[in-house]
Amino acid sequence: MSAKKETLGKTVGVVLAVCLVCSIIVSGASVGLRAQQNTNAALDKKSNILTAAGLLEQAGTDITGTYSKFVEERFVDLSTGEYVDNPAQGTGKAYDMYGKVSKAKDTSSSVEENVGFSRRANIANIYHIKDEAGNVSRVILPIHGSGLWDLMYGFLALDADGNTIRELVYYQHKETPGLGGEIQNPAWQALWNGKQLFADGEVAIQVKKQAGKDDPYAVDALSGATLTSNGVQNTLSYWAGENGFGPYLQRQAWKS
Amino acid sequence: MADIKEMKKALTGPIVDSNPIALHVLGICSALAITTKLETALVMSLALTTVTAFSNLFISLIRNQIPSSVRIIIQMTIIASLVIVVDQVLKAYSYEISKQLSVFVGLIITNCIVMGRAEAYAMKSPPMMSFLDGIGNGLGYSFILIVIGTIKELFGFGTILGFEILPLVTNGGWYQGNGLLILPFSSFFLIGGMIWFIRTIRPEQVEPKD
Repeated sequence: MSAKKETLGKTVGVVLAVCLVCSIIVSGASVGLRAQQNTNAALDKKSNILTAAGLLEQAGTDITGTYSKFVEERFVDLSTGEYVDNPAQGTGKAYDMYGKVSKAKDTSSSVEENVGFSRRANIANIYHIKDEAGNVSRVILPIHGSGLWDLMYGFLALDADGNTIRELVYYQHKETPGLGGEIQNPAWQALWNGKQLFADGEVAIQVKKQAGKDDPYAVDALSGATLTSNGVQNTLSYWAGENGFGPYLQRQAWKS
Repeated sequence: MADIKEMKKALTGPIVDSNPIALHVLGICSALAITTKLETALVMSLALTTVTAFSNLFISLIRNQIPSSVRIIIQMTIIASLVIVVDQVLKAYSYEISKQLSVFVGLIITNCIVMGRAEAYAMKSPPMMSFLDGIGNGLGYSFILIVIGTIKELFGFGTILGFEILPLVTNGGWYQGNGLLILPFSSFFLIGGMIWFIRTIRPEQVEPKD
């Protein structure tokens, strides 16, 4: 280490040069790979919807084909529970209910329950799963709510009776791997199959300790992840309730 | 230019003789966390080997220009940039695995092996040797990860790379999966066992008693 290279100017110069080169490399990688990453993210979303539909195994590698054959995207006005037109129609973009919640008052409403977000879009994109004959066999609802660390995003798949749960698939969350992260464990997800969302018109599903296997209204909480389990409970209570998909599920509009 | 023997030593030495995990006990944190499945262990090994090799190469290339007062920061900048690039590539071409590795790819930045080799070797060695040293140390890390990942996946889940080897009781087979091995901390025992094994066959690695 000669004394020559310890001058202030040289130090600053080297630091700036290294930073410049590194930032060019990093931004180049980020921009250059973005298209491929977006494709992956879109494909990932489709395969999550197919998982919720119970069609992923059948789909194999043909995710896009199976998706366009069996899945139909619809838009629901949450306050009335009725179908509406695609709010993003004509813009050339896909509607994103988790995107920027529009500032216009009629498209969003504030949330007061303990679910982890304060505003939500008033129009939700839901998915109909059709059987070979074209009848709706499952309805897939997007849900989100806070877990321990951050919002958890998932899909709730219901039978055509609007009450029997088939799948609860979480596809994006920041829960602790091995603890709260177990919401993605297939063994735990399988517990939801066949549970009932409502009893006598009220939200009855519970995430609790030592839930009996035969209890149609209870699912075992995750051990070591009480706050995540509570988050799942709050999320379901909110989205099945009257401020969430309650009106839509009562109306059962997919049957008409 | 270094001779062939020296190059070979830089490349293969760190696998057993001076293994970064077993001898220097570096990089334990990620070795504990991502070895539950062999597949994630393999991708993590590949990512770390790439980062170590190229950070060694680039740092060695500019080693005579780096002012010693800010050398750690410059090393970190280079390493962090490489890690971000690796993370972006994984997200683009191996989305499923990048989801499983989640934060651990980002944590390569703080992996002691990368910093350790940059500071101890690349700062005073020519680029080619530094590059080989990086690959060698990456391979040493990979060796331990692959052994641990294989043991944990085989005896924990009864599979290797997702293929069923020992049919589990829960799937109608005869093998009762070892629940302890699925948990991250079981790597402590396994790494401990490996260090013991390596030091038994290479007694010169044993530290002298105080």
